[in-house]
Amino acid sequence: MAPAALLQRLTWLPAVIAEARAETPQARTLVLDVPGWPGHRAGQHVDVRLTAGDGYQAVRSYSLASAPGEQPAITVARVADGEVSPYLVDVARPGDRVEIRGPVGGYFVWEPAMPYRPVLLVGGGSGVVPLRSILRHHRQSADPTPMRLVYSVRAPELVIYREELQAEHLVYTRTTPPGWPRPAGHIDQGLLREVAWPPVDSPLAYVCGPTAFVEHLSGALLDLGYRAGDIRTERYG
Amino acid sequence: MHVDGNAAAGLLTQVFARDMTGAHGTCGSCGHNGPLAEAVVYGEAAGTVFRCPTCDNVLMTLVEAPGRILARLAGLRWLAVPI
Ligand SMILES: Cc1cc2nc3c(=O)[nH]c(=O)nc-3n(C[C@H](O)[C@H](O)[C@H](O)COP(=O)(O)OP(=O)(O)OC[C@H]3O[C@@H](n4cnc5c(N)ncnc54)[C@H](O)[C@@H]3O)c2cc1C
Ligand SMILES: [Zn+2]
Repeated sequence: MAPAALLQRLTWLPAVIAEARAETPQARTLVLDVPGWPGHRAGQHVDVRLTAGDGYQAVRSYSLASAPGEQPAITVARVADGEVSPYLVDVARPGDRVEIRGPVGGYFVWEPAMPYRPVLLVGGGSGVVPLRSILRHHRQSADPTPMRLVYSVRAPELVIYREELQAEHLVYTRTTPPGWPRPAGHIDQGLLREVAWPPVDSPLAYVCGPTAFVEHLSGALLDLGYRAGDIRTERYG
Repeated sequence: MHVDGNAAAGLLTQVFARDMTGAHGTCGSCGHNGPLAEAVVYGEAAGTVFRCPTCDNVLMTLVEAPGRILARLAGLRWLAVPI
């Protein structure tokens, strides 16, 4: 990377919601028009700032759901009693303005140029958002890296990006679709042993979701024999 | 509930003018070395606090004030920034 590209003056950019698309009863994708958007890497996020009429401001982070080269989009899941997410899921409309700081993050990112080590993506709930960007990027760039997603979700109706993720490993924690071969439950060692690349292949893992989920899964991958330095994590809180 | 250093990527970039989530810090207390992305981060009224994931030592604190950001790095022995 050229030195000039490393120096990043980061400011809040005005953004307009271009499109709002319901993914599930609880989550919505917002496509953003951001004049001057510099482009992003798969796995990065933006900070979104909302300003109320009285000047009160709230800032939250949201992963970029789109692939590099596509228009920036975020997917927000409603947190009951949350300050920001119910607004973004239920109230905000196309044409509304928000402010964006980003794209940011250089650790939880994936690029095709990396050595071709198999990649395991593990997402819990809305933690699947940056992994979807990585998967899309992987598919669009026809990259030969073996890549696999394990997506933990409470119930079938809460699966986001349903069409795109059909071929991946879905794990339902509360209710399953009728006739689903695995009873509802959390990702465990047995499942990981079935679907995760074996440690002898030097896999790289990306784990994202609620903090408790990330702690549990990174522990389980360590137990399986993954090296600590090969497990990249991102905690949503 | 805590998050991790990824959540502070925007603030870190404002301070250091480059991505710092992949920079490695060495804990001044226990010697643990790891990327700032894996630090335990609490956002509190007083500022954003980065703690060592091994021993909980405060590595770094960032405080946003009008017109400036204050950074306290007293808990870090080293900060290695990839170039
Ligand atoms: C790097 C990063 C990327 C993120 N990307 C996304 C994303 O792509 N999509 C997305 O929907 N969210 C994402 N989040 C989470 C997001 O930033 C907010 O925390 C979330 O939308 C809740 O904000 P709120 O204002 O609605 O709730 P708040 O008012 O902040 O919190 C209300 C209550 O809900 C609890 N709570 C906070 N967050 C969660 C959570 N995630 N799940 C359950 N309970 C919670 C809080 O402890 C609190 O008790 C990301 C977080 C980080 C750090
Ligand atoms: Zn320590």
